[in-house]
Amino acid sequence: MGKATVIPFGPQHPVLPEPLHLDLVVQDETVIDCLPQIGFIHRGLEKLVEKRDYNQFIYVAERICGICAMGHSLGYAETVEELMGVEVPKRAEYLRVIWHELSRIHSHLLWLGLAADAFGFESLFMHCWRLRERVLDLFEKTTGGRVILSVVKVGGVVRDIDGAMLREIVAVLEGLEAEYATIVSTLLTDASIKNRTVGVGVISHEEALDLSMVGPFARASAVNYDCRMLGRGAYGDLSDFQPILDTQGDCYARIKVRCSEVLQSIAIIKELVAKIPTGDIAVDVKGSPADGSQASNVLEQPRGECYYYARGNGSKNLERMRMRTPTSQNLAGMVAALKGCDLADVNMIILTIDPCVSCTER
Amino acid sequence: MGYASRSPWVIHYDGSSCNGCDIEVLATLCPGFDGERFGVVNTGNPKHADIFLVTGSVNEQNIDVVRQIYDQMVEPKVVVACGICACSGGVFHDCYNVIGGVDQAIPVDVYAPGCAVRPETLIDAIVAGVKVLDEKEAALKEQKRAAKKER
Ligand code: SF4
Repeated sequence: MGKATVIPFGPQHPVLPEPLHLDLVVQDETVIDCLPQIGFIHRGLEKLVEKRDYNQFIYVAERICGICAMGHSLGYAETVEELMGVEVPKRAEYLRVIWHELSRIHSHLLWLGLAADAFGFESLFMHCWRLRERVLDLFEKTTGGRVILSVVKVGGVVRDIDGAMLREIVAVLEGLEAEYATIVSTLLTDASIKNRTVGVGVISHEEALDLSMVGPFARASAVNYDCRMLGRGAYGDLSDFQPILDTQGDCYARIKVRCSEVLQSIAIIKELVAKIPTGDIAVDVKGSPADGSQASNVLEQPRGECYYYARGNGSKNLERMRMRTPTSQNLAGMVAALKGCDLADVNMIILTIDPCVSCTER
Repeated sequence: MGYASRSPWVIHYDGSSCNGCDIEVLATLCPGFDGERFGVVNTGNPKHADIFLVTGSVNEQNIDVVRQIYDQMVEPKVVVACGICACSGGVFHDCYNVIGGVDQAIPVDVYAPGCAVRPETLIDAIVAGVKVLDEKEAALKEQKRAAKKER
């Protein structure tokens, strides 16, 4: 046994798109401990509720994270609507979920690409991002933005999608499905990918529960939980919703779960487009949240459950706005998975747990 | 039509951005916009890079990291502030943990605004950056020549 050494990892590191610093304690080639250090992206945006009123804050909320921007604006809007007892028109709920599921597809494709890059499969990375561009084009056509959509407001949405565009969305997704199938079959059957991922970074079912992991990473360890099954908003109108589970809990299982979730999202969008009701897309919201009123809400982000809490104080500004994002839950799981792994597997494990640092630090 | 005098390699660092600009920086180099066809390659090594793409504003924790990466880059070098956060602090300018735009830490040559910055804007900014690189290189050569004469 060699002497233990500490290897600093990050914050600027080729495999990390985001600054996260890890002190890896390594003995021979095995990681025996891992200490994460965060704070590089902390902006303190929860405190901005004191300076922005509840309508303006939605634009700050969606900039918590540019990858799940749509989800954060949706989660914030739903929380404030609950706080103020606002009933959102059905059509707006459908449109929100359609955009939210589209952003899940874009987020998952982005991540599959980065995962491919992590094991050195650069062409696969490029293919994932090429497909992702099509989803971004849909965003641009329907909202004007590519990543920050600014399309949700308290009380509804700011834009409608007309029938022709809805059909185009479905057509684009159908086109995407075929090409996506080739990418998935490469990801899941390629021998060199399997060598890198099967049995690596295992998180058992018990560990996942103990560490309260959420999202696709928990579902890869057979934790049967997905906020979408609570049936809020338009999710309640789906004919059937079953979380996608796997039992192995290794890197391979995490990739597999996320691969299938893209197809699930496509199916959800298709169903909602077929069922979407006509009507208004927003209601007027007047007044301010009552003093002492509280509301909380959970939402399934691409990376897992995100919890929102809001408290009013009778003025236009909220008293408190708090989010607990999926990655703050999953970091503990990441540290657990890293302990005992080979040094060369570190980037693979980090990427399959997919920490979103800017969500976590806000 | 002009031509680019070089294929700049870029290094990207995420200051305290929301990721929106980071994924656009990556998207600029990926199919769709394909910055790589101009030879713009993303590198993780500051010594290899000509252009430093910074997204997000600076704060107490990362200001040193930004400076260190900048210092490690070899002359001539260009800094592009990507996104309005990196230009001025943007929507977060009055957050308690935001010092301001990247120019609070290091000299910025090209400002590429937008929230998130669009890939087209980034390509423009990189092209503008190449011009600045040429100017800086010429100035460096001039300096060397002058130093030789004096000797
Ligand atoms: S400019 Fe906008 S998209 Fe870019 S990092 Fe700032 S908030 Fe995010």
